[in-house]
Amino acid sequence: MNSYLFKRVMVLIPVLIGMTLIVFSIIHAIPGDPAETILGQKATEQSKEALRQQLGLDQPWLQQYFNYMGDLLQGDLGTSIRTKTPIAEEMLPYLAATLELTAASMLFATFVGVNAGILSAWKQNSWFDYAAMIVALIGVSMPIFWLGLMEQLLFAIKLHWLPSIGRMDQRDPVESITNLYIIDTILAGRWDQLWTVIKHLILPSIALGTIPMAIIARMTRSSMLEVMSSDYIRTAKAKGMSQFLVVYKHALKNSLIPVLTVVGLQTGSLLGGAVLTETIFAWPGVGRYIYEAISSRDYPVIQSGILIIAFIFVFINLLVDLLYAAVDPRINYNKG
Amino acid sequence: MKQPVLRIEDLHTHFFTDRGEVPAVDGVDLVVNSGEVLGVVGESGCGKSVTSLSVLKLVPSPPGRIVGGRILLKGKDLVPLGEKEMRGIRGNLVSMIFQEPMTSLNPLFTVGQQIIETVRLHRGMSRKAARAHAVEMLQKVGIPRAEEIVDEYPHQLSGGMRQRVMIAMSISLNPELLIADEPTTALDVTIQAQILDLIRRLNEEQGTAVMLITHDLGVVAEMCHRVAVMYAGKVVEEGSVYDIFNHPLHPYTQGLIQSVPRMNEHRERLYSIPGNVPVLSKDMQGCRFAPRCPHVMEVCMRSLPELIRQEEHHSCRCWLHGSSQEDAV
Repeated sequence: MNSYLFKRVMVLIPVLIGMTLIVFSIIHAIPGDPAETILGQKATEQSKEALRQQLGLDQPWLQQYFNYMGDLLQGDLGTSIRTKTPIAEEMLPYLAATLELTAASMLFATFVGVNAGILSAWKQNSWFDYAAMIVALIGVSMPIFWLGLMEQLLFAIKLHWLPSIGRMDQRDPVESITNLYIIDTILAGRWDQLWTVIKHLILPSIALGTIPMAIIARMTRSSMLEVMSSDYIRTAKAKGMSQFLVVYKHALKNSLIPVLTVVGLQTGSLLGGAVLTETIFAWPGVGRYIYEAISSRDYPVIQSGILIIAFIFVFINLLVDLLYAAVDPRINYNKG
Repeated sequence: MKQPVLRIEDLHTHFFTDRGEVPAVDGVDLVVNSGEVLGVVGESGCGKSVTSLSVLKLVPSPPGRIVGGRILLKGKDLVPLGEKEMRGIRGNLVSMIFQEPMTSLNPLFTVGQQIIETVRLHRGMSRKAARAHAVEMLQKVGIPRAEEIVDEYPHQLSGGMRQRVMIAMSISLNPELLIADEPTTALDVTIQAQILDLIRRLNEEQGTAVMLITHDLGVVAEMCHRVAVMYAGKVVEEGSVYDIFNHPLHPYTQGLIQSVPRMNEHRERLYSIPGNVPVLSKDMQGCRFAPRCPHVMEVCMRSLPELIRQEEHHSCRCWLHGSSQEDAV
């Protein structure tokens, strides 16, 4: 296992280098003069020259790349042109906000999706099965910004059950340490705010989790149906096990592997930030951060944002691969 | 007279499919006496596996359902029992081993976990005692290094070893009846012999009654005390191994025995029974074997013969033997 882990991490190195190359060349992909594109046509030659120097564009490109990599390895993602603050420092709270929302969304998606899938397969062709699969079908085809708006309309504006935007009650905020508000409120012992933080999470995580939930439900169902007709399930029944144990102990573990893949991929894509959902719910996440950078042509921020998201995606894939081995003893990584 | 462990009376298990009702098991009578090995033979699709699954009430439902008859286990009818009561019987009083050792064990649990689970389920032993019992069972079925194998996963074992594990699991609670559904079909010939040997030893040493389902007459000759020959959902002949092999009465049995190649004679072509197993349906008339039978008579097409006792332990369902033609209207 350890040698596999080592090999797997070593393989990541060329992938990560490739990523930095692509991200690095984004600024060179700008047609014409990057400085002019960033600053606009009315910029003076002096300010353009200053920007070129700041971005190092006046140096040969190989030199530029080495400088870029050198900075990256020291944790320096560059400086935002728009706000003049270091990007690493600036992005962290946004990343935390996205992380919290993603975690909540995937928790919802996985819990509801897996259970709906199991029940659908267990009671195949029952009314529950049909209803769940219709909901799942609607779920995957629903535009989430619309779902988000409808949620706000119903639960926030009409019923006043849940807040429509933001992350916590700003009239009495809790001092932020990790920027994961759930953890912050617990650390501060502010149970009242913890509850409002959770309430703020509900609507956006349902909106964001609906598509993954639907995909997970369908995947679990089909995987479960396949497993339920296998010989070892018949053996388990012939041993006298209850249907519940057969389903949740013997069948579920076996049907988890394809589901795990989907959960991993969906988590990765949610962590990339969901611009629409974050905008609708005024959620200060990475998606919005990058979106704002794009609208103000803040290239260093765009580059760093893409790099971080790609990095997270690669890392989650690694995690999923390792989880396979934990679930399935047949996957012996040492031989591979 | 031996006591019957299992007595199946006029069992009907039908499948309700889109193309109509299929009587896969169509009035089967069988008896397995204590300490005995009963062989159930027949071609694929003759209903032998469905009969065995019916005993544990594990016929996939839908589409299958037991629509009539009685299954008496030590005198107690299983047919009306609910799911919960059946669970107390499965793996405990009646256990089963299947054809495919490669896929019959759960790949994600160790061998030990799968045996321990069964033992704890029915006996409520402590984890430690159950584990010790599992090791003991593995040793009993001739698995070397049982202490280590108990913590291994099925994919680490060969097919023969897995079948031994299946057997260890199925006898771990000392059942009254062991149903073995083609236990050696998927194995190499040398391993087959070992597995059969093991089953026979368990039968002799523990007195476990065995219902051995197979299409291999060689296996039957070697293992069984009595044989029931099934054709198209019905038992067509039943008797001691000696009777069945030495003077088979039913033309189907005769055909089966003739189709076994022999070492001491030379044949250009192997004998095969002409035709195929009929497609089962509810409105079949006459003897099921009539279309393929070399001795077919007019009465065979019209009406179905009864299973009639010819000698003390030998019965046959054929118009050539027994029932006068006037009886059949």
